[in-house]
Parts: sequence; structure tokens; C-alpha cells
Amino acid sequence: MPFTLDMLPVGRHGRITGLPGGVVRSQAIRFGLAEGASILLYERIPRGPVVIRRGLQEIAIGRALARSITVDSE
Amino acid sequence: MDRKRTCHGAGRPVSLVAGARLVLAGNPNVGKSVVFNHLTGNYVDVSNYPGTTVEVLRGRYQSWEVVDTPGIYGVSSFNDEERVAREVILDAGVVLNVVNATHLERDLFLTLQLADMGIPLVVALNMMDEAARAGQHIDVAALEEAIGVPVVPTVAVTGQGLAELEQVIAAARPGRVAPQLQEQLETLSKTAGSRARALLILEDDAPALEAAGLAPGGRRDEIYLERRERVDRLVSACVTRSGGGRSFSARLGRLAVNPLTGLPLLTAVIVAAYYAIGVLAAQTVVDFTEGTLMEGYYVPWIQELVGRFFSETSALGALLAGEFGLLTMTVTYLLGLLLPLVAGFYLIMAILEDSGYLPRVAVLADRALNTVGLNGRAVIPMILGFGCVTVATITTRLLGSRRERTIAVFLLALAIPCSAQLGVIAGLIAPLGARYLVFYLLTVLVVFTVVGTALHRVLPGRPTDLFIDLPPLRLPRPGNIGVKTFNRTWAFIREAGPLFAYGSLAIGVLDLAGLLATIQAAVAPITTGWLGLPPQTANAFIMGVVRRDFGAAGLYDLALSPGQTLTALITITLFVPCIASMLIISKEQGKRQGAVMWAAAFSIAFVVGGVVKHVLALVGW
Repeated sequence: MPFTLDMLPVGRHGRITGLPGGVVRSQAIRFGLAEGASILLYERIPRGPVVIRRGLQEIAIGRALARSITVDSE
Repeated sequence: MDRKRTCHGAGRPVSLVAGARLVLAGNPNVGKSVVFNHLTGNYVDVSNYPGTTVEVLRGRYQSWEVVDTPGIYGVSSFNDEERVAREVILDAGVVLNVVNATHLERDLFLTLQLADMGIPLVVALNMMDEAARAGQHIDVAALEEAIGVPVVPTVAVTGQGLAELEQVIAAARPGRVAPQLQEQLETLSKTAGSRARALLILEDDAPALEAAGLAPGGRRDEIYLERRERVDRLVSACVTRSGGGRSFSARLGRLAVNPLTGLPLLTAVIVAAYYAIGVLAAQTVVDFTEGTLMEGYYVPWIQELVGRFFSETSALGALLAGEFGLLTMTVTYLLGLLLPLVAGFYLIMAILEDSGYLPRVAVLADRALNTVGLNGRAVIPMILGFGCVTVATITTRLLGSRRERTIAVFLLALAIPCSAQLGVIAGLIAPLGARYLVFYLLTVLVVFTVVGTALHRVLPGRPTDLFIDLPPLRLPRPGNIGVKTFNRTWAFIREAGPLFAYGSLAIGVLDLAGLLATIQAAVAPITTGWLGLPPQTANAFIMGVVRRDFGAAGLYDLALSPGQTLTALITITLFVPCIASMLIISKEQGKRQGAVMWAAAFSIAFVVGGVVKHVLALVGW
């Protein structure tokens, strides 16, 4: 099973390895979340969205979307 | 600030053309409006872009027409904000791109896209103070060299760097273009009309493709990824980071999204907002404006004035100054009751918006809203609905899919009382005691959840995912709050005023023709039989068709028992949306869907009302 963003523990860094397609993908690239980007899992709402940090920027990602983003734990 | 101007940029500076357009563009929350206000001074024209709720601000600076655009992360047509910004940017003489120095990885994506578009460009590197506090040092000269356009460090809120920024506007020039795109852009711009349009075509922007009669080339991803790489390289070359402390704002921002601290904080904010609108505005202020000013001074004065020309019993006299009169009821309601409520609501909204708190509420609410087929972003139209359902209905355009818009529009129409109605409801329910208030809230919440869940199950598809940027929490600036509140309140009064007038005119005519009594008798089986309410309640519902708050207000004069009041309030809350909302719903969702929603709200209101009556009888309230 691939390791996805929603599985990353709070406070852990990860490197994005795969993103879904379409407009979400374009939006992700604009936010700086292309493949290879390093992020920090900042906060997690139980069964809800995760909040990640990249630099000083915070981005909230719905749980279902987080499940479709694959990461390598760092 | 000591800066060296590099003169070997990528393009020639533009000559100053009188009357040319200077467009401000940038990501959300980068301080664009502060720069805009600095350039244009006090004379600003705010208008909604045709067919949207997106505000476009226009002003003048020297010989320039200055246009402020909504915050965007890139130029394309993914949503209303982008479509509006795209239109304005394509017509720009010069683009002044404001970027947040603490978020360069994100903001420079738009900057490099604007450079690729070939529009003369100037960059304001804003929030340099925050960047310094966060331990970031930015090599401005290197950044300027790499982008190929003037870059000016600024701290817009204190005015730092803005004089230098003004000086370089005339030196705006097209930036460096992505090398691998250069040739194609050159060729394509001949047929597309400009390099900006050519780039949008290459990036598969739907309206640009349509205008050119071309099919998507499937290259957006490749172009975006290449631009992303350039941005990341640029940032690592120009920015050095050294430690930097976590600010108070960052810590508070985290507390706001952590469920353990975020939910109590949200509850406190809601209670404070309810107190400000439901108690302070709806009772204290309205008592004065409606009770003292309107009914004490204005109504007797206007009735006396009209009475000099038309007898009170004549048709014209009654239509102008009678119970439902244009100069009496309409003016009293609009200025005495609604104006303070709506202004109070927009004031709170503006504070929440400018503080950066709303996106965090969206994070907390995401999971709950998923159960009714929406995502966290839907909190914005839902909160707005407590101000004015009509405005909120237009705002549902920010939702990701047609399915979500349908669910949100219907839930707004059914179960969200607007501020005017809320004020009246609060006034009626407060004297009954806490258990009635709790019963009322729970019933409406259950209806909201059950109907939302049912729609989520029935409609094909699934909710789109929350995917938003969380801006830093900031102390809102009073000037900005004041301007926003005033503009929106004024727009509301301008739009609602005529509708109010038509509504009271219609009721006045019905009353004159003696039709009110006929309708009362016809619907008696529902009002007296099923709901157990006095026959005059029908008046309230007839008025409720025009405005839901008219309906709730109509209950004031009836001698109802506490149980009857609760039944009537729940029914009128769920009752059909007002005429203004209906017009917007039909426009947004189509006439047929609008009619279905109207009929559904009508039926649900009476079914639930009847059930409430029987439950209350059972528990003996």
C-alpha cells in the first residue's frame, strides 16, 4: 500500500512523490506542492483535513485529497 | 533602502501613455489594497464585476486608471476570481504585481507567469518587515535581474518603499520569458493578438482556446512544472534563511485549527457575533432606530404629511401611508430595522475576513460539511446566509461543483434565517426561556442535516476536496473594515429597497381588495387545523413569501402561547425564501429547479411545523 499524506504523523516531514491530476494538480503546483517538494505535517483534524506547512506557508487539504497524495516520510 | 537599478532588463521600458491602465495583481492577502489606496487616495469606485460577487476597485493615479483585482495564485479560469482577474490583466497597460516576501515560493509563480505573458511589469516585494522577522534575507538585485523587471522592497502598511515604487512604475517592462516557450509564444501571438493570450492558449485556458477556436494542447502541466522549478531555483538563489522566531500570530493560527483549542475558540467567536448582532444590533440599536426614530418621529410625521393631500381611508392614502404603506412600512423596515442589522452583520464579516480567521473555520467545519455533501469552503456562504440569503446564494459560486452549489443553495433557502429574520426571531424567542431556544436551534439543525444528507445521497457525484491556503492571522485595519462595511451595506440597501417597495405595494393592494381575508379563510385548514395557530397567522405567511422577516415580524402582533410561538417560528424559518432570493436562485439554478426548491421548502416547512406542534403537545409544553 502506498504511503499517503494523511498517514504522515503530526510534526513529521515528508517529500511529495505523487499528485492527482486535473485542476487540483495545477493548483497544487502553484502552491508549490509539485513532486519532490518537502512539507511538514503541521496539524490534523480527526477524520478531517490535514494542515501542512511549506516554508512559512500553511495549506489545508481535505482528507480524501490527502489520501490521494503519496509521500516519502523523511 | 539601498538598491542598484539594473538597466539590462529583458524588455524595453513602456512609455507613459495617458489614460493607460495600471492593474494591481497578486495572491490573496499580500497587501494589494493598501498599495491601491496609497496610489488612488480617497476616490475609489467599487463595483461587482458583471455576473459575479467579485469586487473590482477602480481609482486614478496621475494619468493612470488603476484597477485592483481579486487575489489569485495564477492567471487562468478555474473560478470567478480568476476569470475576473484574467479579463482585467489581459487589458492592462502595466501590471503592478504585489508579492508577499515571506511566501515567495507561492507568490513568484504568478510573477513568472505574468513575465511569460509579456505584459510590462513592476514587482512590489511587500511585507519585508515580516520576512526579516522570520529570518529571511532576500537579495533584491538578484531577484530583479532574474525576473527582468523592477523589484521594489516595501512595507505597504507603514508606507515604506511606496515612494520608490511610484518612481519605477514608468520603468515597467516585460520580464524574462521561459526560454523553451519563447519561440512558440512568438509565433502564436501573431494569431492570438498578444503574447499574453498566446501563453493562455498554450496553458489550455478554456476561454482563450475558445476565442482562438483551438483544441487543448495538453501542455499545461509541463509548463506549470517547468515554471515551478524556475520559481524554486530562484528562491533558493535569492533567499537566505536564518532561524527566526515563531510569531504570536503563527501560534494563535495553530491554536485556531487544533480541534482541542479551535472549537472553544470558534464557539467564543460565534457567541460574540450573536451578542453583537442578535442582542446589541437587533435589540438595543433597533429599539432606538425603529421604535424611537421611525415610529416615534418619522411615521407620525409622514402620515400627517400624506394626510394633507390624501385621506387616510383613500386607496392612495393607504398605499402610501397605511399599515403596509410605501412611505411607512417600507421605510421603517428598511432603515429602522434592516439597516442596523445588515450593517452590524457586514461589520462582523469584514472583521472575520480581514483577520484571516475564516479559512481556519473552513478547516474545522470541513468534516461536518462533508456529511451534507459540501466541503469546508461552504462555511463562507453559510455564514453569509445569516446576513442575507440572497447575497449568500450568489457566493455559492465559489463552491467547486454544480452539485455542491445545488445543495448549498437549497440549504440556504430552507434552513438559514437571514439577519433581519434572525433579529425578529431572537426578539420573540428570548422571553420564552432557554429550553425554547434550544428546541428551536436543534429542530432547525436536524432539518439542515437530514435534508443535506438526503441531497448528498440522492445527487450523483461526491464533494470536491478542501484545498486552501491559510493566510496568517492579522489584526484587521479599522479603515479597511469601515470601507468594506459601508460599501456592502449600501449595495444591500440599493438592491433590497425596490423589492421591499414592490412587496409592500402587493400586500397593500391585496388588503385593499379584501383578498387578505379570503386567503386567510382558504388556508385555515393548514394554519388552524394542522399547526394549531390562529387564522391571522396566514397574513404572516403571505408576507413571508415577499420577505421571510416580514413574516416573522407579522407574528409579533398575534397573541400566541409559547408553544404556538415556537411552532410558528420554526415554520416561518423553514418557509420559502424571499422574493429577492427566489429571483437569484432561479437565475443561478434555472427556473425549474427554482420552482422545485420553492415547493420543497413550502412543504417541508409545514410538515415540520405540524410535527413540532404534535411533539410539543405530547411533552406538554
